[in-house]
Amino acid sequence: MPLVKNGAPAEDPFVAVADDAPLPDGPALISAARLLAEDAALAGRNGPLGVVWPNSRDVAELAPFLPRLDLVALEFPKFRDGRAYSQARLLRERHGFKGELRAVGNVLRDQVLLMLRAGFDAFAFDKDADAAAFGAAASTYSVFYQPTGDGRTTARDARRALAKAGG
Amino acid sequence: MYVYDEFDRTFLMERVAEFRDQVERRLSGALNEEEFKPLRLMNGVYLQLHAYMLRVCIPYGTLSSRQLRALAAVARKYDRGYGHFTTRQNIQFNWIKLAELPDAMADLAEVGIHGLQTSGNCIRNTTTDPWAGAAADEVADPRLYAEVIRQWSTLHPEFTYLPRKFKIAITAAKHDRAAIRVHDVGLRLHKRDGKTGFEVIVGGGLGRSPFIGKTIRDFLPEEDLLSYLEAILRTYNLGGRRDNIYKARIKIQVHEVGTEEFARRVEAEWAEIRDGALKLDDAALDAIRDRFANPDLEALEDGPAELAAALADPAFARWHANSVAPHKTRGHAIVTLSLKPVGAPPGDATADQMDAIADLADQYAYGEIRVAHEQNLTLPYVRQKDLPALWEKLKAIGVATPNVGLVTDIIACPGLDYCSLANARSIPIAQKLTERFSDDARITDIGRLHVNISGCINACGHHHVGHIGILGVEKKDEEFFQITLGGKGNSKARLGELIGPAVPESEIVDVVERLVETYLDLRTSPAETFIAAVERLGLDPFKERAYASR
Repeated sequence: MPLVKNGAPAEDPFVAVADDAPLPDGPALISAARLLAEDAALAGRNGPLGVVWPNSRDVAELAPFLPRLDLVALEFPKFRDGRAYSQARLLRERHGFKGELRAVGNVLRDQVLLMLRAGFDAFAFDKDADAAAFGAAASTYSVFYQPTGDGRTTARDARRALAKAGG
Repeated sequence: MYVYDEFDRTFLMERVAEFRDQVERRLSGALNEEEFKPLRLMNGVYLQLHAYMLRVCIPYGTLSSRQLRALAAVARKYDRGYGHFTTRQNIQFNWIKLAELPDAMADLAEVGIHGLQTSGNCIRNTTTDPWAGAAADEVADPRLYAEVIRQWSTLHPEFTYLPRKFKIAITAAKHDRAAIRVHDVGLRLHKRDGKTGFEVIVGGGLGRSPFIGKTIRDFLPEEDLLSYLEAILRTYNLGGRRDNIYKARIKIQVHEVGTEEFARRVEAEWAEIRDGALKLDDAALDAIRDRFANPDLEALEDGPAELAAALADPAFARWHANSVAPHKTRGHAIVTLSLKPVGAPPGDATADQMDAIADLADQYAYGEIRVAHEQNLTLPYVRQKDLPALWEKLKAIGVATPNVGLVTDIIACPGLDYCSLANARSIPIAQKLTERFSDDARITDIGRLHVNISGCINACGHHHVGHIGILGVEKKDEEFFQITLGGKGNSKARLGELIGPAVPESEIVDVVERLVETYLDLRTSPAETFIAAVERLGLDPFKERAYASR
């Protein structure tokens, strides 16, 4: 599964760990159930930690754990199931998560720009061709109408700047 | 109307380029039909019974004459010389070839129109009063807010893959001409203590589970419009059902969690974001308001001599009484062009008609045309003294049938003639009804009567809110039709009630005629409309007569 992170192909250092398997010392990716159940035990661990958070679960529950998490993976069981877009925005814009926010599941090139705008910075693609097309997919548009917290200039901001400049 | 600036134009060109790339990937085989489907749907491209269909977005139903000419050109160049105006204030072309679609879209983009978000589980074209900016009974022009919503909802990164499609309608007039209570979100603009705001209604809709929307806020200040909509959409995106396509609309979520609880969730979400970047300050609203190039109408004399003289002609007088509405500027009028001539499919216009209407709009109506959800066109700015000359020209191109709001002003879906979902044909029923009720004097006497026909339970013909609603069903491989009575789509929205067993196609026109005759026999006076009589009498007298001869 080709990973693109911060706009470039990347190796995935995280190892997905089953709920009943011991945690490795290196970067580990665990389930939401394990994170919630083993809270105290995980607190003493030094290695990087990531969680796969289901799209049916309120991210407010995840908020207290965020300072200790290096990676949150949000799921797209089908690309048509868009709940994780809302989750991503909430994690970034409301809960201030600064770590890696990874889109996993049915991740395709035609949704990349929406995902970037929602706050994702890592993408676990299904197809190599989609990973290769990342750069083009991410620059399909230069005009954005919504303020989403990804820092891009919106049409409203641009118009305001133009008006100020006397344009 | 709103004039695109360089940002809007750039966005549109980027959209055309994106779709061209997607079509190329489909034609080369890089995308299979299953993968291509949601991408084409996002651009308004459906695969129908016989061909690809392109649905073109007409933002809140407003067209310039130049845009209408471009639609005519597309009809001529890529289709079979006509287009079909829809209940969503859009237009559909039914015979487009896939390989030519990007070119058709590029041609439309030249005049600032596109197929974006006319399909798919996203926020669809926001609809409004076709008389906006001209209606004598409006509080303010709702198009400003429709445009604000258009921009906010265009390729919204969070709300492009919702549980199901999402439709917003907005009205600012006393009479609701946008059917806001049967939309996912309805907005009624009104003023309180001098401030502009909205009553917010959620969870209305037709389809197989019809609901009248519920008010969750009486007054939302205008500056909070987008943050509140974002709170509603987020509540829906995260909590709406995704396990069953038929239960995925927001109306089901509102129904299942209860209006109060739904409102509580929205308010809680809104409290977190109301003071954020979506706040619409005066500068933000003014920037969009300034892009509206509205005609500077000069107040003229009401009832000028030219009009008074023409009214002596009974044919003109009949059309004037039927198709001309009061304007907010003295000496002006709003003119509805009926796309429901006897014997024709409701809402169709030929390329030649579109060109002629564009010319008439330039000559008589400041170059602006509106599409009404009743599938008619409107010229919103006509001088009263020009009405007689305009009428002659409208008559010549067949769009002056004086049947607006009458029994033959039928709303119908495309039905089994085009649509792969339909159980029955809608258009031939509409055509036969217009032939049965072809006498202008008779339909004028019958008065206001809305007939709505849907070819299946998805209810695209809005049969639930027709005074007489007709629903096509399939029984043993034959087309049958159920009939409902008493539906209304206006501010007192109500769903029609079924009057009895479905009737075969051969009987439906007779049954409708008997319903109409029952009304004529039982009305207290011609001032009592069909719907008022149904409300007074109940269904029984209609039921008895409808099925009497069977």
